[in-house]
Amino acid sequence: MIKAILIFNNHGKPRLSKFYQPYSEDTQQQIIRETFHLVSKRDENVCNFLEGGLLIGGSDNKLIYRHYATLYFVFCVDSSESELGILDLIQVFVETLDKCFENVCELDLIFHVDKVHNILAEMVMGGMVLETNMNEIVTQIDAQNKLEKSEVRMESALGNEGRKHDHELCMMCSFHRLSFSITL
Amino acid sequence: MEAVNLLSSNRYTEKQIGYLFISVLVNSNSELIRLINNAIKNDLASRNPTFMGLALHCIANVGSREMAEAFAGEIPKILVAGDTMDSVKQSAALCLLRLYRTSPDLVPMGDWTSRVVHLLNDQHLGVVTAATSLITTLAQKNPEEFKTSVSLAVSRLSRIVTSASTDLQDYTYYFVPAPWLSVKLLRLLQCYPPPEDPAVRGRLTECLETILNKAQEPPKSKKVQHSNAKNAVLFETISLIIHHDSEPNLLVRACNQLGQFLQHRETNLRYLALESMCTLASSEFSHEAVKTHIETVINALKTERDVSVRQRAVDLLYAMCDRSNAQQIVAEMLSYLETADYSIREEIVLKVAILAEKYAVDYTWYVDTILNLIRIAGDYVSEEVWYRVIQIVINRDDVQGYAAKTVFEALQAPACHENLVKVGGYILGEFGNLIAGDPRSSPLIQFHLLHSKFHLCSVPTRALLLSTYIKFVNLFPEVKTTIQDVLRSDSQLKNADVELQQRAVEYLRLSTVASTDILATVLEEMPPFPERQSSILAKLKKKKGPDTATGLEEAKRERSAAVNGGPEPAPASAASTPSPSADLLGLGAAPPAPAGPPPSSGGLLVDVFSDSPSAVAPLAPGSEDNFARFVCKNNGVLFENQLLQIGLKSEFRQNLGRMFIFYGNKTSTQFLNFTPTLICSDDLQMNLSLQTKPVDPTVDGGAQVQQVVNIECVSDFTEAPVLNIQFRYGGTFQNVSVKLPITLNKFFQPTEMASQDFFQRWKQLSNPQQEVQNIFKAKHPMDTEITKAKIIGFGSALLEEVDPNPANFVGAGIIHTKTTQIGCLLRLEPNLQAQMYRLTLRTSKETVSQRLCELLSEQF
Repeated sequence: MIKAILIFNNHGKPRLSKFYQPYSEDTQQQIIRETFHLVSKRDENVCNFLEGGLLIGGSDNKLIYRHYATLYFVFCVDSSESELGILDLIQVFVETLDKCFENVCELDLIFHVDKVHNILAEMVMGGMVLETNMNEIVTQIDAQNKLEKSEVRMESALGNEGRKHDHELCMMCSFHRLSFSITL
Repeated sequence: MEAVNLLSSNRYTEKQIGYLFISVLVNSNSELIRLINNAIKNDLASRNPTFMGLALHCIANVGSREMAEAFAGEIPKILVAGDTMDSVKQSAALCLLRLYRTSPDLVPMGDWTSRVVHLLNDQHLGVVTAATSLITTLAQKNPEEFKTSVSLAVSRLSRIVTSASTDLQDYTYYFVPAPWLSVKLLRLLQCYPPPEDPAVRGRLTECLETILNKAQEPPKSKKVQHSNAKNAVLFETISLIIHHDSEPNLLVRACNQLGQFLQHRETNLRYLALESMCTLASSEFSHEAVKTHIETVINALKTERDVSVRQRAVDLLYAMCDRSNAQQIVAEMLSYLETADYSIREEIVLKVAILAEKYAVDYTWYVDTILNLIRIAGDYVSEEVWYRVIQIVINRDDVQGYAAKTVFEALQAPACHENLVKVGGYILGEFGNLIAGDPRSSPLIQFHLLHSKFHLCSVPTRALLLSTYIKFVNLFPEVKTTIQDVLRSDSQLKNADVELQQRAVEYLRLSTVASTDILATVLEEMPPFPERQSSILAKLKKKKGPDTATGLEEAKRERSAAVNGGPEPAPASAASTPSPSADLLGLGAAPPAPAGPPPSSGGLLVDVFSDSPSAVAPLAPGSEDNFARFVCKNNGVLFENQLLQIGLKSEFRQNLGRMFIFYGNKTSTQFLNFTPTLICSDDLQMNLSLQTKPVDPTVDGGAQVQQVVNIECVSDFTEAPVLNIQFRYGGTFQNVSVKLPITLNKFFQPTEMASQDFFQRWKQLSNPQQEVQNIFKAKHPMDTEITKAKIIGFGSALLEEVDPNPANFVGAGIIHTKTTQIGCLLRLEPNLQAQMYRLTLRTSKETVSQRLCELLSEQF
């Protein structure tokens, strides 16, 4: 099963953390830090699997990660998962994010944490892979968005302003777009 | 609270935010759970798929016990209902899986199970994937109930494998049909042995062959995702083939496939190939095939840039090693060790040590290897490793001379590791005489060489060297004066460290007072150590955790080797226990208990104390009963007659204990020559060390004297020491013997654990030797409270609410000994009608299970 899903940037700032096993707040923070240290010191061309840190259960668990531009996507899994399968799942996750946000970047994860959580919830549930079909996931998310929109039409003015604000910020910070080697 | 209000809203956005909040921020034991449960219940009943989806997600993400209680009955119904939407089914399957993981006892098995199996035939592949995950977990626990899933899974798999890449539309990922589902199905099949039905079996073999064939085809896409997905399926196929371990043909093909991956561009594939090969190496069919790749693996060890890949390469080398290639592999590992990463050095050291020992044909090679090991990575050589060299050298006459010569040469290096000094000191002390004939290594030179390292060493090493010196005194009378001078110097005699000072003083006295005969006996060569399981192997296993493939394989090999769980006599105690020398100094008027004497001086001790063991009285009547009473308590009266009363007070912590024995004179007349003696059998002496001081030989009328016994449990033991008391009362000689209640359970430390942990461990100890069961008639009234008190008094923790049947008692604890710790689980099932008990004990060691069972059975 998947024990935890962590996303942090090159500086170790957590952008998303989801634990499928109860840990205390403190331990969670330490796990993120430990994982970052393990992952960040590795070269680009080495393999994508390594044994988990002590806090999350040592060598029984594997960390499977991918590095996209500014972000690390780390899945911590136990021995019952296929390593390559999880690696592909990360890819699907990122591609899905890309579809939902249209050229996803780190800022999207910051300002739309709720959406990222929703997308993740469509893919992984309670530590188990729920759905791997990208179209299915995107359809679900779109359906949710539609529902949302129909309900929030009233406050649309406010929402637009907010989005504009996001956009400006995005320009200012000039974050790297996550580059994909794939054409969708 | 606001969030909970949001849950009951009818608007999707509000509800969704509410659920999101709860799954992110609420942990499983919050008070709000009850309110949340209520909201979830409403949503589940709503028949609105979106709301049901949200609710199921929430249950799966929180997954607490309360939730399991509330919904475990509900979810299976949703799962198998005909009219449930596909996406909800998917969520329901995984939600059930989550609940089953957290609280398996709450998920009822029922008629839904057979219908779940049929979900494998569902049209919607997402549902099939989710159902496969669920069934895999359920099948691990209840293989019988889900047996039918095998044939369904096989047919599903073959449909996927043979489908054209376009058939499955959305579930084709980069031209690979449904990779995740294939992986899951292959995992599910790994829960079962190869199918018995020949038709199913044939179909499965065909599938596996097709997958292997497909791997050879040119890739349909250059994208890394395509090969990833394809290989994910391929690796899972190979694990299944390895798991079945029945088709030599497939095994060899799998091995060749992995061989190709070993040289693949992709680091990920090299890593996985090495890992799978490790498991493949343990199969008898493919062991030879794996060995053909040895050069590639060694190359990987040298050139690979990634430490985690190198680590796998080391594992594989270890797994593929046998007598034919041991020399090569060990040499490669040694040369790698010089540049190895610090994080994996210790493990490599252990592996080299084990391989060198296991496959040594020529023990000179073994000695060379270990000395090299110490030279290259001395800091990572643990005590077990060098203890083991010494044990082997002592047990094999043919290498002793060679070992002495080699260590002597190695010690001549200007800087050598302390571990080398230890080994050198020990071996020269025992076998220095074998090389003394050569003028280049005359006794004096040997001594000066060792002594030149003395000041650079830590206290334990110095203590060991002092023992070596006294052994030299015996081996080479010509250096006696030199050594006495060294011992007499202020830095020894007035050393701040008590141990060193004591050794120096005692050895000095010993060398001046004792005659050559006594010296020769006391300082005799160490007798061979009992053959036993290598402690290094145990250490490596501890490092690895039991579930890895190599661990399993070791366990297999180990079972075939004769395992003798004897104690480990610490080599450092060679000639250094205080008791013989104390006596020689004339301190002990009355002979003290033989305080764990070293095997070498055992003979001497018997001579010195010859009067005590020969004149021991038979055990006093009733002492057996008294003994049993003390199993579950520590204080009380052990023995009483008209003259003498013996009381006990004792305390135990981990592997140490202290016992106060009170001897009360009930008469008005003096006892003369009052000498209590502790007698241990030879076996017991090695496992239990007792130290005590003699008591005053006269006990006045009505007075009480006290004796303190310090106890150390070295390893597990079954017998109990005997306390023999001899004294003169009036004109008559009295002789009383009682069993001293020092039993294995005294070294129990209770362990609290949750029900889940308990059963997990219980299952882990499923080896038939580890379990001992006894059914017996109750000797005392069956009272729950008394029984509980006895189990706690026995030393284990009493675990409440672990056993599904509340009438049963369940306990857990750890036996601490100096050498190991042994986890113990026990279960006592009373049967009030029959007035019987059934007691089951599971521990990691057979002898311990048996002894504890004997002890505890007597109590009820």
